[in-house]
Amino acid sequence: MILSRNWLNEYVDVSDISDRDFAEGMTISGSKVEITEDLGAEITKVVIGRVLTMEKHPNSDHMYITTIDVGEEAPATVVTGAWNVHVGDLVPVALPGCMLPGDKKIERSKLRGVESDGMLCSLAELNIDTHDFPYAEIKPAALLNNYKPIDPEKPSISPDIKAGDKVFGNVICASVQSVANAGINLWTVNLDLGSTQKELTCDYQNLHEGDLVAYDTAKNIILGLEDLRAEQREFPNCIPDGIFIIHEEDAEVGKDIRPVIGKDDHVVEFEITPNRPDCLCMIGLAREASATFNRELKLHTPEIKAEAEGKIEDYASIIIDEPDLCKRYTGRMVRNVKIGPSPKWLRERIRACGMRPINNIVDITNYVMMEYGQPMHAFDFSCVKDGEVHIRLAREGETVTTLDGNDRELTTNMLCICDTEKPVAVAGVMGGANSEIVGDTAMVLFESANFDGTSVRRTATALGMRTDASARYEKGLDPENTLKGVQRACELVELLGCGEVMDGIIDVYPNPQEETTLPLEPDKINQLLGTDIDEGTMRKILESLDFKLDGNIIHVPSWRSDVGHYSDIAEEVARFYGYNEIPTKFSTGNTRCGRYTEIQQARRLAGAVCRNLGMNEIITYSFISPSYYDKIGLPADSPLRDSIRILNPLGEDTSIMRTTVLPSMLEILSRNYNYRNKDVRLYELGRTYFKREDGLANEPEILCMGTYGDDTDFFTIKGWVETLLDSFGIRNAKYVKDSENPSYHPGRCAKVYLGEDCLGTFGQIDPRVMANYGIDSEFYCAELSFQVLFDHQGGLPVYAPLPRFPSTTRDIAVVCDKTIPVGDLKETILAAGGEYLKECNLFDVYTGSHMDADKKSVAFSLVMRSDTQTLTDTEADEVFQSVLQALKEKHGAVIRS
Amino acid sequence: MKEQLKNLQETATKIICSASSIDELEALRIQYLGKKGELTAILKQMGKLSAEERPQMGQLANQLRSSLEKLLEEKNEELSKALLEMKLQEESVDVTIPGKKVAIGHKHPMYNVLDQIKDIFIGMGFDILDDQEIEFSDYNFTKLNTPDGHPAREWSDTFYLTEDSSILLRTQTSNMQIRAMEEKELPIRILAPGRVYRKDEVDATHSPMFHQIEGMVIDKGVTMGDLKATLNLVVQQIYGEGTVTRFRPHHFPFTEPSCEMDIQCHKCGGKGCPTCKGEGWIEILGAGMVHPEVLKNGGIDPDVYSGWAFGMGLERLALGEYKINDLRLIFENDVRFLEQF
Repeated sequence: MILSRNWLNEYVDVSDISDRDFAEGMTISGSKVEITEDLGAEITKVVIGRVLTMEKHPNSDHMYITTIDVGEEAPATVVTGAWNVHVGDLVPVALPGCMLPGDKKIERSKLRGVESDGMLCSLAELNIDTHDFPYAEIKPAALLNNYKPIDPEKPSISPDIKAGDKVFGNVICASVQSVANAGINLWTVNLDLGSTQKELTCDYQNLHEGDLVAYDTAKNIILGLEDLRAEQREFPNCIPDGIFIIHEEDAEVGKDIRPVIGKDDHVVEFEITPNRPDCLCMIGLAREASATFNRELKLHTPEIKAEAEGKIEDYASIIIDEPDLCKRYTGRMVRNVKIGPSPKWLRERIRACGMRPINNIVDITNYVMMEYGQPMHAFDFSCVKDGEVHIRLAREGETVTTLDGNDRELTTNMLCICDTEKPVAVAGVMGGANSEIVGDTAMVLFESANFDGTSVRRTATALGMRTDASARYEKGLDPENTLKGVQRACELVELLGCGEVMDGIIDVYPNPQEETTLPLEPDKINQLLGTDIDEGTMRKILESLDFKLDGNIIHVPSWRSDVGHYSDIAEEVARFYGYNEIPTKFSTGNTRCGRYTEIQQARRLAGAVCRNLGMNEIITYSFISPSYYDKIGLPADSPLRDSIRILNPLGEDTSIMRTTVLPSMLEILSRNYNYRNKDVRLYELGRTYFKREDGLANEPEILCMGTYGDDTDFFTIKGWVETLLDSFGIRNAKYVKDSENPSYHPGRCAKVYLGEDCLGTFGQIDPRVMANYGIDSEFYCAELSFQVLFDHQGGLPVYAPLPRFPSTTRDIAVVCDKTIPVGDLKETILAAGGEYLKECNLFDVYTGSHMDADKKSVAFSLVMRSDTQTLTDTEADEVFQSVLQALKEKHGAVIRS
Repeated sequence: MKEQLKNLQETATKIICSASSIDELEALRIQYLGKKGELTAILKQMGKLSAEERPQMGQLANQLRSSLEKLLEEKNEELSKALLEMKLQEESVDVTIPGKKVAIGHKHPMYNVLDQIKDIFIGMGFDILDDQEIEFSDYNFTKLNTPDGHPAREWSDTFYLTEDSSILLRTQTSNMQIRAMEEKELPIRILAPGRVYRKDEVDATHSPMFHQIEGMVIDKGVTMGDLKATLNLVVQQIYGEGTVTRFRPHHFPFTEPSCEMDIQCHKCGGKGCPTCKGEGWIEILGAGMVHPEVLKNGGIDPDVYSGWAFGMGLERLALGEYKINDLRLIFENDVRFLEQF
């Protein structure tokens, strides 16, 4: 919502409050100010001047040297290239050292040898356009003295053409003898036709004495470029652009240009919360400003003379077919409409609020919307067939061309304004071109209606056009406002003299809105806020917002549909008492001990261990593409493919909730690999999502690790898993080879079991999967169930006495079948070693020469110790022998000779 | 003989003093004081002396011996010291050569910030609630005063998992308000951070998945003053002691009164600068008193209990904290980015 401060002062005089204080005050009371802009800030030292003299520049074929009275002792000399200036004109003069929009600075400078004291400005140079000043549109005549043939060899007009020479047909060359102003954009011109003289009046702005023009002797007119079918480049200086010639009542020589062009205003942009559509207008914000700054609110009741002949009932009828979607429809009619530009004050206000002036009737509807927050529409009533207005849903296959020129296909859930045959507007969104207000519109029906917000929003969204009107309707507007809106529009019609208002109003309001009342409960309010505000203050605040108090009963104004509970009243009170005045104090509850739950602590531990192992934490999206399952090699019937699907995803890539975090990890590893990042180690404690009976999901967390780099192999990732388990006090892990997992290398993948529970899988990613990622390298990953990890977390450690006697170490190397896992050998050794065997550490596995092809040598170091005495050699030998024996019996392993 | 001893003293002292190594010193000790040394050689002449002279000479010789021994010892010490100095000198290293660093991993910057906030709330007696991302519309919307037809519920804004729009990816962590009311014992003090989802295309400031932190207190006699006191304390912890805050009225369907909390721009001190878009203040979170209807929806009697809640975006907080200018970096997980934190 954009607000003009000049306009606001009409309702509540806050002109003495600085922009900063205004923004601060409004923001703190709940109307958040986003930006305040001084419209004139970008223009300095531009004044109004009167053209005293002008003569052709001696060194230029297109420039003029003018002298301008700028209200100082000596006139300024200004060189200009524009041809629409005449002696006596009022023009904007950018004086040396001035500032123009776009941070443009103008200094005194020499133009072709002549010193220019500044510059004359066009509309564009002042950042305004012909919507603001329609009379400033420039219409050039084709000046034959400016003719530049496209092909210099074949000119259509002779370079030495003179008055009386034929151009073509009835068109001859005429020489301008004199030009006298005859009103806004009107000139009386004396032409020398060679043999005769001719005087005529025209609206070309670029005529000066001595110019040669094309004169149509039959039609008695001077021709423009179009009449000559000439291209612009043939008449390079006869352009529809030039200096802004000012015709404003308040224009005076020497005066600052800003107030004259409406740039003395400051505009404030508000962020209005969706519960306050009543603040999407001047009056709503004026009410807030009045309560905020404790100033009187001056509202005005429209007065209409309604002097036109006839009554609306004789011409029009309004029928609401959908009372749920259209709570109220109020119409009033104007006849003998004279379409034209709006007066300057109205245009300025519309413009200051960020809208474009169009014509008086359309501007009035926009003005009322800005003022009252009530969207309005004006129909050319002659286009409403049979004079019947139906508010109904669109019928199958109906279309309408909206005012923006687009053809809209309507669906049967879209509310439309129709005549007996066809839609003439999309309700609350945009009018139809078939009933548009145009230059010859004579009879206008003003619509001021209340449409259902959700319906308008859905229609606007479906048609892809959110308009100022629909944006207001979708928040839910006050149905009590329609009458005020239509009355104000008709008042403006009379004020502007652009039509005659007919007697009568058609106001269809099948189910009038009931008033909301609430008891005033000061104690409850104070209790909620933690304040001690007296009742009188509360009453005063509420009354300043137009709540009516009848004893203890609060009558909520119709525009405050957001208020329906004592907590809402508390907010109103708090807003103007001041949120920042509410004393800060902790409530006196019991002191509680906050703490992380055990599983939360376990999450922190898991993260810390991973980081200590050098892994960086990543965060990946929970949704993935179904094709990711193909990428990681999942078979078609894999249960992991049974993902929860998003019915309206942003795209296929983010369309299903992942059941595995592996694709996310591989995606990130690949990205880093492609960025040529070396030795990457990553982890994520990420969720997966599985369908659950109640429709929601089980969301188990997976601790996923991933790595690649030099010196990285299967045992790197296994070492990480082992370290993690150590940190969690888990000692019963079993590692089982897994050749079945489709994502992992069949020979380099293991499952980890903690007792009966499978903790997860780790290993090297299958080269075929790697190929799907387009990477010729080795990635290693682990996917561990965080729940299983947590469930098996060891308890508090219990101290074991430190050894008092020295240990004896014996190395043992045996030869066995290659296929026997080292883990099995170790298990056998530990079982056979008895109480003296404390440790069994693998230190070598050897295959190759000196060894049968199907054999390997495995070497362990055995640490033996007694807790009660120093172990003797004999005792150690006994342990060694029983270990050897067991290895032989169980695995056929023999000591390596 | 006396003369000889005197000469020996002079020569030996001189030579010992000029010795330059410990080996040389040992050789001198043997030369002068050894069994076959010069002193012994002189003493061999004692037999030739008279009985009166003998003790005299003996005393002189002993004095000479002990003085040379002392000298040798001192010299030895001096040379050892010098030797050690030299050794230390030789062992010196170039301290600017990089050390043997152990690569340690980095927490994701966003979780750095999240953990900081969790710790603050744990310290104030809050529990951290484990959350749920796939949720009933009832919990995400309806029970939070966001009825059917509300714009936030449109399929263009929210990801739905069922055709009847009853199950969705939660759009806010506020679903945890209702879940906490239903599941926790009163009084409630919870912090519920987690992932939320909205149908926004990815760009420098948007992501279809992001993180929020929800907090809620419900007890008897909880007031807006309590909300302000607690959040002020939190902000002091995050942004430093003395951070100036303000509360502005705002609107959320599930709180009333509602507010937004701003901190004064730390860059310009409230004067207005590009960081705060000229406003002097930076918005950091939304909050309010839990709406009585919402309490009812969670099965709590609003006539007995009151509460407050707040919600804040984690991404924005983390981006601000580390001056990260593009949200996409957060989810890109480039290690060159991750290792900066």
